[in-house]
Amino acid sequence: MNGTKRNRTGTLAGVARYLKPYGGYLVCTIVLALVTVASSLIVPYLVGLAIDCIVGAGAVDYGRLGNLFLTIGACVFAAALSQWLTSLCNNKIAYHVLADVRRDAFRKIEKLPLRYIDAHAYGEIASVVITDAEQFSDGLLLGFTQLFTGVATIVGTLVLLFLLRWQLALVVFFITPLSLFAAKFIASRTYTMFRKQSEARAEQTAFIDEMIGNLKVVKAYTHEDENEARFDELNASLGKCALRATFFSSTTNPVTRFINSVVYAAVALVGAFTVIATGGAFSVGNLASALSYSNQYTKPFNEISEVIAEFQNALACASRVFALIDEEEQPSDEGNAELGRAHGEVALRDVSFSYSPERKLIERMNVLVPAGKRAAIVGPTGCGKTTVINLLMRFYDVTGGSVTVDGKDVRSVTRSSLRENYGMVLQETWLKRTTVRENLCMGKPDCTEEEMIAAAKAAHVHSFVTRLPQGYDTVVGDEGVLSQGQKQLLCIARVMLCLPPMLILDEATSSIDTRTERKVQDAFARLMTGRTCFIVAHRLSTIENADVILVMKDGNVVEQGTHEELLRAGGLYAELYRAQFAPV
Amino acid sequence: MKHLISCLKSYRKEAALAPLFKLFEATLELIVPLVVAEIVDVGVASGDRAYILKMCLVLVGFGLVGLGFSLTAQYFAARAAVGAGCELRGRLFRKLQSFSFTQIDETGTSTMITRMTSDVNQVQTGVNMALRLFLRSPFIVFGAMAMAFYVDRTAALVFVAIIPLLAAVVFAVMAACIPLYQRVQEKLDGVFLSTRENLAGVRVIRAFRREERETEEFDGRNGELLAAQKRAGRTAALTNPLTFVLVNLAVIALVYVGALRVDAGALGQGDVIALYGYLSQILVELVKLANLIVTVTKAVSCQKRVGKVLDAEGEPSALIAADSESAGEPSALIAADSESAGGASAISAAGESAGEREAVRFEHVTFRYAGGGAPALSDVDFTAKRGQTIGIIGGTGSGKSTLAHLIPRFYTATEGRVLVDGKDVGEIPVERLRERVGVVPQKAALFKGTIRSNLLWGNGAATEEELLAAVKTAQAEDVLAAKGGLDGEVAQEGKNLSGGQRQRLTIARALVRKPEILILDDSSSALDYATDARLRRALRETGCTVFLISQRTASVAHADAVLVLDDGRLAGKGTHEELLRTCEIYREIDQSQNGGKRV
Repeated sequence: MNGTKRNRTGTLAGVARYLKPYGGYLVCTIVLALVTVASSLIVPYLVGLAIDCIVGAGAVDYGRLGNLFLTIGACVFAAALSQWLTSLCNNKIAYHVLADVRRDAFRKIEKLPLRYIDAHAYGEIASVVITDAEQFSDGLLLGFTQLFTGVATIVGTLVLLFLLRWQLALVVFFITPLSLFAAKFIASRTYTMFRKQSEARAEQTAFIDEMIGNLKVVKAYTHEDENEARFDELNASLGKCALRATFFSSTTNPVTRFINSVVYAAVALVGAFTVIATGGAFSVGNLASALSYSNQYTKPFNEISEVIAEFQNALACASRVFALIDEEEQPSDEGNAELGRAHGEVALRDVSFSYSPERKLIERMNVLVPAGKRAAIVGPTGCGKTTVINLLMRFYDVTGGSVTVDGKDVRSVTRSSLRENYGMVLQETWLKRTTVRENLCMGKPDCTEEEMIAAAKAAHVHSFVTRLPQGYDTVVGDEGVLSQGQKQLLCIARVMLCLPPMLILDEATSSIDTRTERKVQDAFARLMTGRTCFIVAHRLSTIENADVILVMKDGNVVEQGTHEELLRAGGLYAELYRAQFAPV
Repeated sequence: MKHLISCLKSYRKEAALAPLFKLFEATLELIVPLVVAEIVDVGVASGDRAYILKMCLVLVGFGLVGLGFSLTAQYFAARAAVGAGCELRGRLFRKLQSFSFTQIDETGTSTMITRMTSDVNQVQTGVNMALRLFLRSPFIVFGAMAMAFYVDRTAALVFVAIIPLLAAVVFAVMAACIPLYQRVQEKLDGVFLSTRENLAGVRVIRAFRREERETEEFDGRNGELLAAQKRAGRTAALTNPLTFVLVNLAVIALVYVGALRVDAGALGQGDVIALYGYLSQILVELVKLANLIVTVTKAVSCQKRVGKVLDAEGEPSALIAADSESAGEPSALIAADSESAGGASAISAAGESAGEREAVRFEHVTFRYAGGGAPALSDVDFTAKRGQTIGIIGGTGSGKSTLAHLIPRFYTATEGRVLVDGKDVGEIPVERLRERVGVVPQKAALFKGTIRSNLLWGNGAATEEELLAAVKTAQAEDVLAAKGGLDGEVAQEGKNLSGGQRQRLTIARALVRKPEILILDDSSSALDYATDARLRRALRETGCTVFLISQRTASVAHADAVLVLDDGRLAGKGTHEELLRTCEIYREIDQSQNGGKRV
């Protein structure tokens, strides 16, 4: 309990931090809202006075009526103007804070350690940046003005009623809170129904995800009818829950409206009696004003109860957003030296690393790859091949020992200058949703058209790219027209364009058919000459020619040597080689 | 809008009763100012406290009856909205299931899922709100006008003047808001895309040191979103002040007219209060309406997006012309059933005569994906005999899968004909056709449930023996042993199984339906050579025509014929040995795989 309270204080402090630049607007909003409330509340009172000028036939005070009309007109105009300005100020604050929060969240994503990103589903983080941020802005900022205006209206109405006749104020004061209780009561009852509804919805969504996600398989097996039956079942049970939740939650308004009509009747009763008792000192016009007030009085109550319900949710969303923004960044490399263009001697000395402290992975690993040499990493699944790449690229930092390039600890140079020296092609291809051209030139944005096409030709992508609807300007992305192999070829072309001194190829040709691979091979060989290469592959030809083969098992390099040496040694490598490559 | 209306059709009663009860409630509310006028003009004027008390109790009574009406209205509104929402969701699901592969490609999975979930939910909320509140507002507004006429015809003219003005303002603001909010949604999609890409592509982005560029791009999109939000907000913020000014100007006019009428003795003071009360009610109603505009606007744009999906023509089913609304494949198939029984027997009868009859024939088939420039297949021509194994080989993107997908008519040939058992696939009802074709897709997708439930996809009526036989042929007996038999659990997407296990189970699934034609789309890539060879032998014994797509010449070496594809063209056709002699591309492929080790 205490923890959540402190958490809440922290969240509110976060909100305050973001509101600070808009302090002026915030003050404006508050002042303008007060002006709006005051000037719009005064109108019914003035109308009441105007009605008092019209007592009966021949008893109409036109002079006073004219003056009152002018005053009413002025108040209405003031109220409308300040209301409009309040909305503008409020929008300004809410949308700008939202944009600021998103900006910071995004910058955080660019600086988060891979450890964090790998441990969270993308959808989860994205929903914090998109949905949570929006809920926070809607509920907390827009809600705030509604809450403030609502409270001001209630207080103002009570004050005016009090000035009109304190007995009326008391009547309203004591009956109206009933509607708040009613709203709260209904909200607590509907909570369970909403939960059931979201459970039913989640079940249906999971089904939709699975079946629409694999729609082609569904159609191949003409399983549409079975799916339809199951869907209808889920739909019906969702419908049942949704009906209950929707109906019961929608009873709030009628109930509060009923309580309002009780208030209205009570004001009419007490007011009319007062007019009679005071012999007209409390006039009929006053009564009209009082009735008008009590009529407008429940609206803010309804709004407030809505806002409060929303508030809780908005606060939870805000705390998630701030948790992301306050997440620890990867260690800063400010002040570190630039690596410059490396020769490419890479050494791992006594390197230890693990993703979680409980499960040790790499321990005291020692590898030296001289500049321009080719290192192949082989081993069974989960042995730590990809982890080595993570360490080389400094996506993760070692927990012990050091990784050096040209004798310099990678932690002593900037990440940017380190990564500039590496060209990387991964098994899991990733293309940005943009044109082929931009994807190709990602590593060298200022390259010429000729350079780009030369690289594209070398990687054998030119011919299929030119056959795309808009050639190099076709928008590609993770989903879409390209096959896995074509994507991988694009990723290779991307690296061929930069020509960095060191290469990392993690199953770089796994999706490419062997014939095309062979054609790319020449270009690859040219690319690799004179560059330090780290190659994870399961195709024999790539491995055989390596200067050094690192055989990994359970996070450790168990064997090291050339193809012949290792085969002769008859260890794990020889075993793997026989299992994987020997023909039946 | 037509889809929504037709979805509401089965809830006609509810959709009518909800506003009707709202009308009753509104009527009661409209009588209230009259009662107040009575209290002032009769009760207060004569000092009759008993009368005042009685009238106030009448007011409470009205409130109570109003509560009853209103609850009834809410109930019917909820029923209609939820019912229409479910109906819409159901229709969407059916429509999506009827989509052709081309449409699936074009629409994209994530879009389809969004339409089915959040969009429909928004529409449902919108319908509920519209039935409850949107119709209430015109009732109150016009009701107030009618009551004003009842009180005093002259004063009522003020209402006649103001209502069109108010309607114009509300509709103008709403009309201006709808496109603005749509724009906000588009910009939000852009921000979402940036965020997601920077998470999914984090390694590549950091490796290419694109963080700053990406941040700039995000800032641009974020700025556009901000601008769009501010524009929409500015416009929506106009409703309340404008209606407030208009209504209060009407109040001034009304009090003035009232003064003249009272002065002339045509009206009492209480009547003026009543008329004022009606104007106040209109104002309160309009404020509620303004708060609703955003919800309804969103619902309308979601409805449009859903409508677009529903408007799409589903996959055309051959024999039956699609009928209007539920034009999807399923209904058409049901209709086709009677005829197809005859059709199927006709096919088999035709086949009996020829000893070595053809199973599949491609006649100069060309196929172009929608929106893709060059043809994926051009002028492909071949014949496969029954019981043969046909290998299909070729590079990435050479059209291997496309060719196979034309057989069960996942896609329809752009030019030329595809024939199964001598009959154009376009003339065989889709369900009949696909029943006879077993497809094992490249991506081995299994579904949450048990191994049994997954295998039954092949044929719901299969016996235990048939399932086990299929498992045996697919070399998947060890999977069963490892996972606890047919009732072993399968997680969503089969995540608890290895790639090879999944592949063999998907093959077993296809075999359960005892297909005449079996298509294996590179579906033994995760199997080692020995298992792959055993699988090929076992498949040959089943007697079905097998299309074997592979990257490895070793897998197709024993096929009766191999089709070599290169950029969508048939570069060679023949047995392994023939092709090694005659087909340059095939030789290259073979050498790239076995060249080094062929001693």
